[in-house]
This record gives sequence, C-alpha cells and structure tokens, in this order.
Amino acid sequence: MALTVLMFGWEFPPRSSGGLGVACFGLTRALANKGVRMRFVLPKRMAPDVSFMDFSFADVPDIAVTGVNSLLYPYVTEGSYLSSYYAVGGSIYGGSLFEEVLLYAAKAAEIAWRSRFDVIHAHDWLSFLAGLEAKRVSGKPLVVHVHATEFDRSGGTNVNPRVYEIERRGMQEADRVITVSQLTKQIVIEKYGIAPEKVEVVHNGIERTDFRPLPSDLDALKRNGKKIVLFHGRITLQKGPDYFVRTAKRVLEYYPDAVFIVSGIGDMLPQMLCETVALGISDKVFFVGALWDEERDRVYQAADVVVMPSVSEPFGIVPLEALVNGAPVLISKQSGVSEVLSHALKSDFWDTDEMANKIVGLLKNESLKNTLRSNGGREVGAVTWSKAAQKVLGIYQSLVPRFA
Amino acid sequence: MASVCFYFQVHQPWRVKRFRIFDIGHGGRYFDDHSKTNLNNEKIFRKVAEKSYLPANEVMLSLLTTHPEFRISYSLSGVLMEQMESFGPDVLDSFQRLVDTGRAELLSETYYHSLSFLYSREEFAEQVKLHRDKVRSLFGVTPKVFRNTELIFNNDLAQAVAELGYSAVLAEGADHVLGWRSPNFLYTPKGAGGIKLLLKNYKLSDDIAFRFGERSWKEFPLTAPKFAQWVNAINGNGNVVNLFMDYETFGEHQWEDTGIFKFMESLPREILKHPDNDFVTVSEAAERYAPVAELDIPHYVSWADTERDLSAWLSNEIQHDAISKLYALEGEVKGSGNRRLVEDWRRLTTSDHFYYMCTKWWNDGDVHKYFNPYESPYDAFISYMNVLEDLKLRLAAK
Repeated sequence: MALTVLMFGWEFPPRSSGGLGVACFGLTRALANKGVRMRFVLPKRMAPDVSFMDFSFADVPDIAVTGVNSLLYPYVTEGSYLSSYYAVGGSIYGGSLFEEVLLYAAKAAEIAWRSRFDVIHAHDWLSFLAGLEAKRVSGKPLVVHVHATEFDRSGGTNVNPRVYEIERRGMQEADRVITVSQLTKQIVIEKYGIAPEKVEVVHNGIERTDFRPLPSDLDALKRNGKKIVLFHGRITLQKGPDYFVRTAKRVLEYYPDAVFIVSGIGDMLPQMLCETVALGISDKVFFVGALWDEERDRVYQAADVVVMPSVSEPFGIVPLEALVNGAPVLISKQSGVSEVLSHALKSDFWDTDEMANKIVGLLKNESLKNTLRSNGGREVGAVTWSKAAQKVLGIYQSLVPRFA
Repeated sequence: MASVCFYFQVHQPWRVKRFRIFDIGHGGRYFDDHSKTNLNNEKIFRKVAEKSYLPANEVMLSLLTTHPEFRISYSLSGVLMEQMESFGPDVLDSFQRLVDTGRAELLSETYYHSLSFLYSREEFAEQVKLHRDKVRSLFGVTPKVFRNTELIFNNDLAQAVAELGYSAVLAEGADHVLGWRSPNFLYTPKGAGGIKLLLKNYKLSDDIAFRFGERSWKEFPLTAPKFAQWVNAINGNGNVVNLFMDYETFGEHQWEDTGIFKFMESLPREILKHPDNDFVTVSEAAERYAPVAELDIPHYVSWADTERDLSAWLSNEIQHDAISKLYALEGEVKGSGNRRLVEDWRRLTTSDHFYYMCTKWWNDGDVHKYFNPYESPYDAFISYMNVLEDLKLRLAAK
C-alpha cells in the first residue's frame, strides 16, 4: 500500500492566477513520480488536466454552472476580494472570502471522514482550516505548506488579523510546517512564534522543458536598437512595481534606448500609470496586461533582462521562468529564489540606484547578458520539483515511519 | 641530497571600489574605498599584515637566526610593495630585515601581477623592468630568477624570460606537464636556451597550503616530523623539493589556531635532522643542480584551481570582454603621456580583477567565493567596466 496524502489547495492549473497553483501542480506531479498517492481537494469544481492523482471538489455541482472566476483569490485581502467578487457575479459560498474558507473547512471534514489516507497536506492559509478539520476528524498528522504569509501579501503593513490568526493556528497545530525559503522560515519563526525545529525549508522547482525559440512581437523594437527590460508579475505592493518604475526613470537617464514592459495586472495599475506620466516616461513604459503561457514565454525571450524588485517574495517563480526562456534576471535580495540562484544580478528592492546601475551595466555589455543567461540557465536546470518532492517525501516518512 | 626550496608569493591587488554608472565622468578615484567592506584596500592590508605577514616574518627571521642553513625565497608584487609603503612601513621594514640576512632571496615578476604576457609583450617587458627597479630601490638587491603571475608558464614565456637574462624560472609541476617525470629535478624548457626550470611539488606544497588545517584529511594533524619524513623519502631520487605557496598560507588561509606557525617553527630543525637534507634559495638551486631533461610545455599551465590552467581568469565571456577592452586602450593610454592615467590603467591589469569575475564554481561556495571581495562576479565586472568607461572619458578629455 502506497503512502497516501490528502492534500488541500485553493487553485490548480489551468485555472490559477499565479505561483500557488503552479507550485501545487509541480510538486504533486513530482510526488506522484515517487510513488506517492494523493487526493487533491479544491474548493470549487475545476477541470485540472492531470491523470497522476485524484481530485475532490468541496462544492456541489452548481459551482460549475455559476462559473466563478477565481483569478485573484489567494492573493487579495478581503476588501479587494469583495470588489472582484461583485464584478464576477457570485459564488455559492456567499459574500465573504472568510465564509468561503469556513465552508471549505466544513466540507473538508466530510471529505476526510470518507477518505483513507496517511498524511494531510494543506497549502496556504485558505486551506489551513480545511487541513485542521481533516486532522480533527481523522487524527492523522498535518503538514501545512507556507507559500506566502500575510506579511508578504500586505507588504508588512495592514496585516489582516483574521488571516494572521488562521495562519498562526494552522502552523501551531500542524505537525510540520514547510516554507518555500529560509526567508519565509524566518518570518514563520519570528512573526508567528513557531518552533524552528518544526519548520522545514523546501524550495520550489521548475519544470525544465526544452527551450523553444518563439517569434517575438517585439522584434521591430529590437531591430531599432531598443533594449527591453521586463517586469512580469502582479502589479501589487508585494511585487514592487513602484520601484521598477522609479528604476526605469533612472536607467533612461543613462540608457535612453531602454524600453520597459510591465506584464501583469493588479490593484496598483492605475497608480503606476499615473507615476509614469508624472515621471515623464510614459512613452518608454508599456503596460501590456496579464500574459500567460506562450505569450508570456515570448515576452521573456524578447527581454534583455527580467527584473523582480519584490518587496517581500517568499519564493518567486518568475526568475526561474525567465532563465528557462533564456533571459537574464535581476532579483531583489528580499526573495526566497535568491537562495537558489547565484547567477543573477541582485539588489535590495528599495535601492533603485543600484538596480539602475546593474540594468545599465547589463544593457551596455552584451558579454554580461550572455554570461548571466548561460550560467543562470545551467543553474536553473538543477532547481527541480523532483528535488523538492524528495524532501517532502522525507517529511511524510518522518511523520509516518512505517513508510520510511 | 634533497634540498628544500621554499618560495612564498606575497601579493595584494588594488581592488576596484564599487564604481557605479553615476560615478562615471566625475573625476573619481578607483582604488580608494574607505568602507567597511572588503573593497577597502587599507583595511585588508592591515588585517593580513597583523594575521599573516608580521607574525610569519617574525618566525622566518628567528629561523634564519637559529639555523644558518635555512633559506627562503619571496616574490613581492609591485602593488604589494606600494601598499607596504602606504599602509605598512612596519611590514616593509620586517621584509627588509629578512632580505638583509642574505639568505632570503627576492624574485622577479610583473610589477602589477598582471596577465600582460598573454596580451602585450611590450607591456610585459615594461612591468618586469618596473618591478626590478622597485625591488632594487626598496631592498638593494637584483632578482636573478623570474616567476610569472600565478605561475602562468609555457615555452614562449621561458624564452622571453631567458632573453631578459634570468637564470631560472618557476612553474607548476602539474601532472599533465610532467607525466611520469618528477618535479624534484630541474629541467630546461624547450626552445629557451639555457634557462633552468623549477617545478612546484604540488603534493607537498598543497599539504601545507591547502590541507594543513583540514580535519577530514587522513594525514591530519600534519606535524613537522611527519612532513620531514616525506621530504626524506625524496632523498636519493630527487635534488630539490620545491615548496611554492602563497605567503598568506601562514595565518590567513591557515589560521593561527591550526598550529601553522608552530609547524613552520619546528620544520627546519626536523628537516635538518637528516644529514643529506639542506635548504636552498631558488637561484642557489639553479646554480647547484643540472637539468635532467628538456620539457616541452606548449600550452599554458598555472598553479590556480584544480585545472591548473588559465580558466580562473579567462573562462567566461565577461572576463574576456573586460581584459580585451582593457588592452585595447593600451596604446592610447601610453600615448597620452599622463602618468596618473598610465598608472590607473596598469593597476587595472592586475590578474585579481579577472579572478573576481570568475563564475566557474561560483555557486559551490569554494575558494573563489572566499577570496572575492565583491558580492558576485557580476558586480565585479560592472564596477570594472564603469571604471574603464571613466578612464576612456579621461583619455578623450586630454
């Protein structure tokens, strides 16, 4: 009998809005390859296109009919959630994100009651209560997986006390806590008072598919001698788009042929648009909306450098995706991915002068770009989900020794 | 007869300070960092002086006093001598006392500890001369033996050095050069007239320089009697035991608490217990022993890294880019007739700048990381290229 895990998540590809769903997919697939059986529970009916594990959906069938667009769920605070909720037209869980979380937990208890499994694994606060309920009714060990904390999402200010409390309870009552970086482990210890020996770091990985050169919509610009600096990510406080725009201003003073592309959407978009106008660089900074899949890879491949100036980034998959697509990266030191990438330019997110210095250095010296992309590309090949899954499996085995 | 030949390299580069795009064109200086970082040359010099140079010199001086047979050789880079004058008159004084014994020999090298031989023979010859002059003026002696930066060597180098009149030259006794032959004899390099070649016994040298304090090493702890036995074993099938290493081995690479100083203090006594052993300086070795064979070394060897090649300085695109852009300015810089420009340009030829840009092994946290004062090889490159830009503006303004 194989080790069986009851796993709780909130989103899963193809319908996911960011890193969490992508991470759940990468991790579960690698765990399945190692012989782990999983039942993955989602709050809503989705159509994940995978065959390596079973799914359960906590809702009843009508969710598929109402078709709630869950684009922003794991990342919004309740205030912005409500506005997006009204915009997309309703959900069976009711008007509040917290009600959904509580309902999910209640359903989780039912699912746990009906299922056979050895370990429970819950991803991020939205599913922590579900994990706790499953532990309560089954008595099985619980692993909570912290992909981000409320401190990251809120930029450290305006921490939502209800979210914080759910996170704290989940980690406190879990048998083991997984964080996606040393950086996040520190937050979990310092801000949530969790015992360090209970917390294990498991860095995310990336699926390295063969590099496939794609035609770019930006070739015309490049032929004109323009160099492309890319920001790819949600336009929210956590990702530091404001620092990107200020860096752009500084770069342009020394490298007028630079063009800045912002790919992503988010609550700070209007503010960013205004700021580029105020700085007088609105003709050099282009906001192109959210890009996915092949469109996203195309813009990565066109970029001369991809910048991730995150204020607080528990991990950060963007630099890995960029490197897989042959783009060198400049990343904030306040990011978990910085722990696994040495062949990257690094800077404090607030040091826009230093970011500008590095970007200009890269744009002026083709050799720097080439060295970063070839070394970084090699390095990213070693950042695998298989490695992450091996560590997670070790954690399961320590909790259920008969599978060791 | 087994003659132990110690040669210590003493060198500190002028590290380029953090020089950003905003600093270009503001008449800035390149080497005068005063921060708390490891780019502060004075800070590093004083640290190494206290931990290594001063206590090591004290040990060597007392050994020379106790054992009339004891001999050592040093090569002090020109930029190190400049830093002694600026930051360490006490260090200069202690080296002078060593040389004054007549049993501590000084070798010749490129003043700027540069890779000039690879890029400009003219600049190479000028730097060798500058170094000879500096040694003469500070120590009153004239070097007879040459060693190139990081023991970078091939047939061509031997020939160039022979033409400059040196009696011997040093190289790494790398396996791929020696094959079945032993490093414990003298050789003649192919096509280089009569110049003699001394090869580093890298096994015994690295036992001291790299493995001394390594607890996982099966020979740990290394004692003077044990090491003397290894030397004795060469007696009868070798003439010289060439122990070549960085002087910072004492106290900086191997910390004092490893017992490295105590080891050195008792080593000569142990070695001299065998009646057939003695010590030689590099030029004494060259005078005393005849070469046993000719060695053909067409490709460059060095003493760096496990590869023993040029890859520590010249293996990625940023290193090649930086050094070729540097040497492209040579003619114009010298043509400017501006002494400060020429000096700044020459300080940029020091091999360490390119070592700091090495990305081989960067993520393994090995020696490259340990010796790198920059946060990354990429940071080293960016500051260096900004400095070159600034230098170009100064040239254009002339």
